[in-house]
Amino acid sequence: MELKTKIDAEDGKQELIITREFDLPLELLFKAYVEPEIVAQWMGTKVLKLESKKHGSYQFETSDANGNVVFRANGVIPEFIPEQKITRTFEMENTPFAVQLEFLEFEKLTESTSKLTMQIVYKSVALRDQMLKLPFAQGLNMAHNRLQDAVKNLNYNNDKAK
Amino acid sequence: MNLRRDVFQAIADPTRRAILLLVATQAMTAGAIASNFDTARPTVSKHLQILTECELLKHEQNGREISYIANAKKMKEVADFIEPFRQMWDDRFNKLEAIMKNYKK
Repeated sequence: MELKTKIDAEDGKQELIITREFDLPLELLFKAYVEPEIVAQWMGTKVLKLESKKHGSYQFETSDANGNVVFRANGVIPEFIPEQKITRTFEMENTPFAVQLEFLEFEKLTESTSKLTMQIVYKSVALRDQMLKLPFAQGLNMAHNRLQDAVKNLNYNNDKAK
Repeated sequence: MNLRRDVFQAIADPTRRAILLLVATQAMTAGAIASNFDTARPTVSKHLQILTECELLKHEQNGREISYIANAKKMKEVADFIEPFRQMWDDRFNKLEAIMKNYKK
């Protein structure tokens, strides 16, 4: 079976490219990135702010089952072209990870299918490799059981350290 | 976990990645490896030591000579690092697709 989501992380480069084809018209794919309440659903995070426009900004916050905030991220949107392109920064608050730059391109394939190409540029090659290794560092994948457990363990260990 | 972190640091260095490419299919002596780089020989030795410590390189004794070759098994493990990350995005996108399909109705 062909994998729906592809990651292209060329060796020695400080970027990676994520591509995915959706069984959705372009209009709906784009909407899923623009409407705060929809973003909240599929990203599994609380959307504190999302101004989908040029020079807009956003802020996400994720809490654990007990309501403790485990993750907060924010960014600005230097470029916003409806149903074509979103360029945004992404920064995880209270982590040592540097801001990353994300170029999202939305393409119509057919009337009912579309494609997303997401290029993420990191501060360094080492940082990119580190991020690849720590997918749960982004903490947004609470729906995924295995990774959710990993985050829970992190919290548990943090609590113990207090 | 610590070992894995070391592996990742090991391949973050361009010279070390070049070394791994050189010895991906053939065993080479330290001297032969070093002759491919402008870097000082002790620096190359240091790289070989780091790669060997994280098991990315194996060495073989041929008489008096030691040659190095990439450890295919460990290299495979490094390539697999990308999989959990891909899986995370795939899960998110599947969810997005499911939500938006309902939205249509």
